[in-house]
Amino acid sequence: MSVSLKQVGAGEGYLPPSDDLTLPWWDATREHRLLLQTCAACRSVQHYPRYVCLGCGSTGHLGWEESSGRGVIDTFTVVHRAARPDLEVPYVVARIRLAEGPVILSNVIDVRPDDVESGALVVLEWRDLSDGRALPVFVVESEDAA
Amino acid sequence: MTSTSVAIVGVAECDLGVTNKSVLELQTQAVTRALADSGLSLADVDGIATNNVARFSTTTMADYLGIRPSWVDSSFLGGSAFETYVARAVQAIESGQASVVVVSYASNQRSAKSRSLGGVHEEHLPEAQFETPYGPLYPLSYYAMAAQAYFDRYGATREQLAEVAVAARDWALLNPKAFRYESGPLTVDDVVSSTMISTPLAAGDCCLVTDGGGAIVLTSSARARDLANKPVRVLGYGESTGHSAMASRSDILDTGAANSAQAALARAGLSTSDIDVIQVYDSFTITALLSLEALGFCGPGEAADFAAEGRLRPGGSLPFNTSGGGLSYCHPGQFGILLLVEAVRQLRGECGARQVANAEVAVAHGTGGILSHHSTVLLGVDR
Repeated sequence: MSVSLKQVGAGEGYLPPSDDLTLPWWDATREHRLLLQTCAACRSVQHYPRYVCLGCGSTGHLGWEESSGRGVIDTFTVVHRAARPDLEVPYVVARIRLAEGPVILSNVIDVRPDDVESGALVVLEWRDLSDGRALPVFVVESEDAA
Repeated sequence: MTSTSVAIVGVAECDLGVTNKSVLELQTQAVTRALADSGLSLADVDGIATNNVARFSTTTMADYLGIRPSWVDSSFLGGSAFETYVARAVQAIESGQASVVVVSYASNQRSAKSRSLGGVHEEHLPEAQFETPYGPLYPLSYYAMAAQAYFDRYGATREQLAEVAVAARDWALLNPKAFRYESGPLTVDDVVSSTMISTPLAAGDCCLVTDGGGAIVLTSSARARDLANKPVRVLGYGESTGHSAMASRSDILDTGAANSAQAALARAGLSTSDIDVIQVYDSFTITALLSLEALGFCGPGEAADFAAEGRLRPGGSLPFNTSGGGLSYCHPGQFGILLLVEAVRQLRGECGARQVANAEVAVAHGTGGILSHHSTVLLGVDR
C-alpha cells in the first residue's frame, strides 16, 4: 500500500469550533502543548474537557495539566472511504490511551497503515491548522527514541 | 416466568427497499397496516411513539393521523429506540395513561440519498471539536475499532465475522420481502473480499441502506384476548445508556449491552436457554456477535467460534435474524422496529419457509448509536 506519509489523516480543511470552556485547551495547541483536565479535589484526569469532574462530580476544582504526550494504541481502524473531501485515504483513526489515563481519539500519521498495531507505543506530534491552532496527532515511537 | 400485562396485537412493515415515498406516507402505511392486522382502528389509538419524522416527531404524526394521543414518546436513541418504546408503552398501559399504543418508524433514506458516511455534524457537541477533525466514519469507524479490539483480545478473524453476514443471507433467501431475496447465497470469501471501508469492516460486514420501516400495536392482554390475532405478551425489558463520544468508554468492548439483556431476562424470570428465536441488531457483523454474548448465549470472546459452526444459519441450533436482518433484509437507518415485527411473526407462526418450529419465546435486542444505547425486549406466546 503506497501512502504519502504526511498526508495521512490530513485535516486542514476542517477548522474545529471551540467554546468558552475549551478555549484554553485550543489556545495551548498554538504552543504545541496537549492539555488534560485535572481535578484538584480527587486527582482524576479526563479528556475531552467538561464542566464537571467525572471522578467526584465536583465543578469547582478542574484545572489543566500538560500531557507527557506518550501513550499506546488502544484500538484503531484504517479508513478507506474519506469522511470529508479534504481527507486523503487511507488514514488511521485510533483511540490512544495516554500515559495519564484518558483515551483520546486521534490519527496515527507517518506510518504504513498495514504496520499499525494495537498496543504500539506512540508519541505526540502536531498538525498545524490554518488559524494558528494545531491538532494533536501521534506517531509510532521509533526504537532508537524509546 | 413472570410477565407484563401488555401484549402486541398487530404488526406490519411499510413498503421496503426503494420506495420514492415520503417518510409520512411510509409511516402511515406502517401504522394503518399494523392496525388492520390487529383489528383496531385509528380511533382506538391514544398513544404513539416514533422518531425521525421531524424535530417534533410525535406531534407531526398526531397531526398527520388526525388523532389526539394522551401519551407519546419520541426519544431519539438510535435504532434501539423501538425496544425502549415497548418498555415505555407497557408502563403507560399498565398505569392507565394509554390503552392502545402504536410504535412506528419509517425512512426513505435510500430513495432520498440522505445517508452520509461521515454522519450528522452537530457543531455544538464535543465530537465536533475532538473527533471530527480526525475523520472517523460515523458510526462505522467506531464499530470497526470495536471489531479490531475484539480481534486483538480474543484472536477472532474476519472470516468468523463474515459468518454472521452469510447466515443472514441464508435467512433472507427464505424471506420474499428481503432486499437480497433474489441475490443468491453469500460466501465467507465474498464478504472478506468485498470493498474495504474501515478496517477490519468491509462492505459485506455492513448493513444495507434501504427505505423501510414498520409498526406494532400494543394493548392490555385482557383486551388482546378479544382480538383476532394470537396475542404476543411482553415478558420483560431492560436498557442501558452510555457514551456518545468515541473515546469516552475506557474499554470499548464494555458496551453496557449485557446490563440491558440481563435486566430483561431478570424481569421476565427467564434464562438465556429459554429463548427460541433471537432478533439482534446487525448494523455490522460485530454488533451481532457482541449482542449474542450480551444475551448470554456464549461468554465474552466466544461468539466468533459459536457463529462459525453454522449455528446461526437456517437449520442451526440458534435461529437468528430470521428475516435476513439489517445485513440482507432491510435497514432503514433504525432497524429496531423490524426486530420486533419479525419476533412477533415468529411467535404467531406466520413465517412460512423461515418459520422456527415451536417458537414460544423470542428476544429483540437493539443497539443504537455507536454501541451507545442498548435495549432488550422479551416476547412470548400468550397462554
